[in-house]
Amino acid sequence: MKKTSLLFAGVALALNIASAQAATLRMAYDADPVSLDPYEQLSGGTLQLSHMTYDPLVRWDRNLGFEPRLAEKWERIDDNTMRFHLRKGVKFHSGNTLSTKDIEFTFKRLQDSPDFKGVFAPFKALNVIDDYTFDLVTAKPFPLVLNNMTYLFPMDSAFFSGEDANGKPKDLLVKHGDSFASRTISGTGPFTVSYREQGVKVEFARNPNYWDTNSPGNVDKIVFTPIKEAPTRVAALLAGDVDFIAPVPPTDHKRIKSSDNVELVTMSGTRIITFQMNQERNEAFKDVRVRQAVNYAINQEGIVKKIMKGFATPAAQFSPKGYLGYNPALTPRYDLKKAKALMAEAGYSDGFSVTMMAPNNRYVNDEKIAQAVVSMLAKINIKVDLKTMPKAQYWPAFDERAADMMMIGWHSDTEDTNNFFEFLSACANKETGAGQYNSGNYCNPKVDAMMAEANAVTDPAKRAGIMQAMEKAVYDDAGFVPLHWQNLSWGARKGVDIAPIVNGMNFPYLGDLVIKE
Amino acid sequence: MIAFFVKRFFQAVVVMFVISLISFSIQDNLGDPLRELVGQSVSEEERQALRDEMGLNDPFLVQYLRFAKKAVQGDLGDSYFFKKPAFDVIMKKLPATLELVFGATIIIILFSVPIGVYSAINPQSWFSKTVMGLSIVGISIPVFLTAIGLIYLFAIELNWLPSYGRGETSNLLGWETGFLTADGLKHLILPSFTLASIMLPLFIRLIRSEMMEVLQSEYVKFAWAKGISPRRIYFVHALKNTMLPVITVGGVQIGTMVAYTILTETVFQWPGMGFLFLEAVNRVDTPLIVAYLIVVGAIFVVTNTLVDLIYGLVNPAVKLAGKK
Repeated sequence: MKKTSLLFAGVALALNIASAQAATLRMAYDADPVSLDPYEQLSGGTLQLSHMTYDPLVRWDRNLGFEPRLAEKWERIDDNTMRFHLRKGVKFHSGNTLSTKDIEFTFKRLQDSPDFKGVFAPFKALNVIDDYTFDLVTAKPFPLVLNNMTYLFPMDSAFFSGEDANGKPKDLLVKHGDSFASRTISGTGPFTVSYREQGVKVEFARNPNYWDTNSPGNVDKIVFTPIKEAPTRVAALLAGDVDFIAPVPPTDHKRIKSSDNVELVTMSGTRIITFQMNQERNEAFKDVRVRQAVNYAINQEGIVKKIMKGFATPAAQFSPKGYLGYNPALTPRYDLKKAKALMAEAGYSDGFSVTMMAPNNRYVNDEKIAQAVVSMLAKINIKVDLKTMPKAQYWPAFDERAADMMMIGWHSDTEDTNNFFEFLSACANKETGAGQYNSGNYCNPKVDAMMAEANAVTDPAKRAGIMQAMEKAVYDDAGFVPLHWQNLSWGARKGVDIAPIVNGMNFPYLGDLVIKE
Repeated sequence: MIAFFVKRFFQAVVVMFVISLISFSIQDNLGDPLRELVGQSVSEEERQALRDEMGLNDPFLVQYLRFAKKAVQGDLGDSYFFKKPAFDVIMKKLPATLELVFGATIIIILFSVPIGVYSAINPQSWFSKTVMGLSIVGISIPVFLTAIGLIYLFAIELNWLPSYGRGETSNLLGWETGFLTADGLKHLILPSFTLASIMLPLFIRLIRSEMMEVLQSEYVKFAWAKGISPRRIYFVHALKNTMLPVITVGGVQIGTMVAYTILTETVFQWPGMGFLFLEAVNRVDTPLIVAYLIVVGAIFVVTNTLVDLIYGLVNPAVKLAGKK
């Protein structure tokens, strides 16, 4: 009897060792990548895929610092030039060797991509020095060179040259048509795509020639299934049908935490949810006291606690903690008495009516948040006519500035404070594209001047000072209503050690994932 | 017979035309497809340029005629999301949906006929009464709830059956089927029961009431008087006549079931065309939406034609329109 159990233990141990060496990960997200082309669409899904199959020049670590990847080191040569040194001996999936030729090729593609060209607009030129050295030149001093290099996933230039079977160039970048690059991958990343049926399944296999031999990752196969419905996704994890899921809806956190077989990892995110107050549509919002009153009337902490079930961080500014512009002095200012006093002071003690619009399938609990704001504003006699709609209909309405108050969430593509200001609060300017999503028509030329200044300062400490002052100015002006930063969440089977590889940008570095039994 | 088919064919063409016109005219109200194709920070000019390139800024008639011209040649346009011909995308998902409908149909037939017949013969038994009570509950529970309940019980708590997807499929003459592997069959059970749960109570009640009516008719009473065995009376004389209206309703309901798969497939992440359609609506993938509506319209026409044919076989007294 003893012998048999010992034998079993031995067999089990042997199996364990085998599975620790090479493991398969079955994962489920809410959607699968739109395209295999890393530059077709700038979206979370695309970036998640890019980090699995390609490597960027540098990547974000968990504290929003930079980690060298394909660029081994870099140095600033002068105010406008940064020199990069490529890692040597890196192979693409095709077997080709990475060189500056590929960087040049990828850089050109980035500048042609409708989604990415905005991010790369500050760069004037890319000068190749030799096979492993190149300079990036900007028109004027530019502080975000490294931030933008996290988007440069070198593509295999030799592989993507020439024409495909349909006679179209292999590097063709199209939004709404079949292209070679949208179906094929040759990157330097930890995984290759071995099978893909869009909307159903993607299978990845470990790249046997992966350059990063220090990576602890032991996953040699990934089966990726999109599961759109959150309850089904959670059920699949709880039933043991998948090992790793994201996102986990706030309502299921308790259930996952209480289960012995699965673990929940959450992290504060960087997407801010806000309401904008349109000063052109509604006369009352021109008065700074009214805008402040609205800010004083809204209880961010209440929303986070009751609606988000604690799964968000109450906000009083654009920048989440960790960003240069994050100003620790700015905190939510819920104070109903003060709100009423400000309304009276502005001559609106009897209140007024506003229209409000919000999406109902874009952000976590978007519709419920809007409803909560409606009832909070009712307390200072602002009567709100709320309309919610699916995102597909919401965005055209947003472009038309169709309501006095509109909800918008924003994630900074550069992980930098200035991006929030450029899109959400800058004086609207059709020509430069500034304030493209500023439906409130809030405009403070002083803040805009600081924004321009911060865009040309390369010293981080000095930039931080300027941007924190910007946050303060918009806070005092009550330029918009910050609500909260959405948290991120992942669920995994015990033994799938996801905590070290997930991050606030929400692109898990799956190449480094370790599965223990 | 040929005249019947020709007539049906022309009816189908008219139906397709009307569907295409309606679905084409609602597409402007679905939202802006561009938003789903580009990132958030892409400028309005850039989007307008793409819209021009895709012909989305043309007047309705121009767009419709361009679509119709291609549609006549069998090209329903390319899906924005899949970047492939919309018709091919749907055809690829069709087997999964049809297998789900087939699975549900088998369950409905296996359960509704015996239960319906039994409760018609023994209307006062406790079993009949329980079934009737449950069927009311069954009709009123939304599919969504049934599905989540089944997943919770059989996938999470008991861990007997998989919670999502289609599992392993095998290729049978170009048709990806889940019926030939154990894994595929296991994956079929929960979604099929969920889908069946909508129609099953309806059919039990239908068969029961039809059968009870037939049992009251003169010829059944005459058969009893003749001393024919109860089994023969119930299952040959009565059941056959009971099935006529059931087939009619069944035919229509199978078409409806294809539409109901939208919910079931969404909950179970079943890679069929109902789920595809819901996703297409979310993404404002208009070519795919239009193609789906046309294909489903075609399925309705075909099932109804088949029902008419079967009806003629079961009851020779029925004459097909156009048949002389």
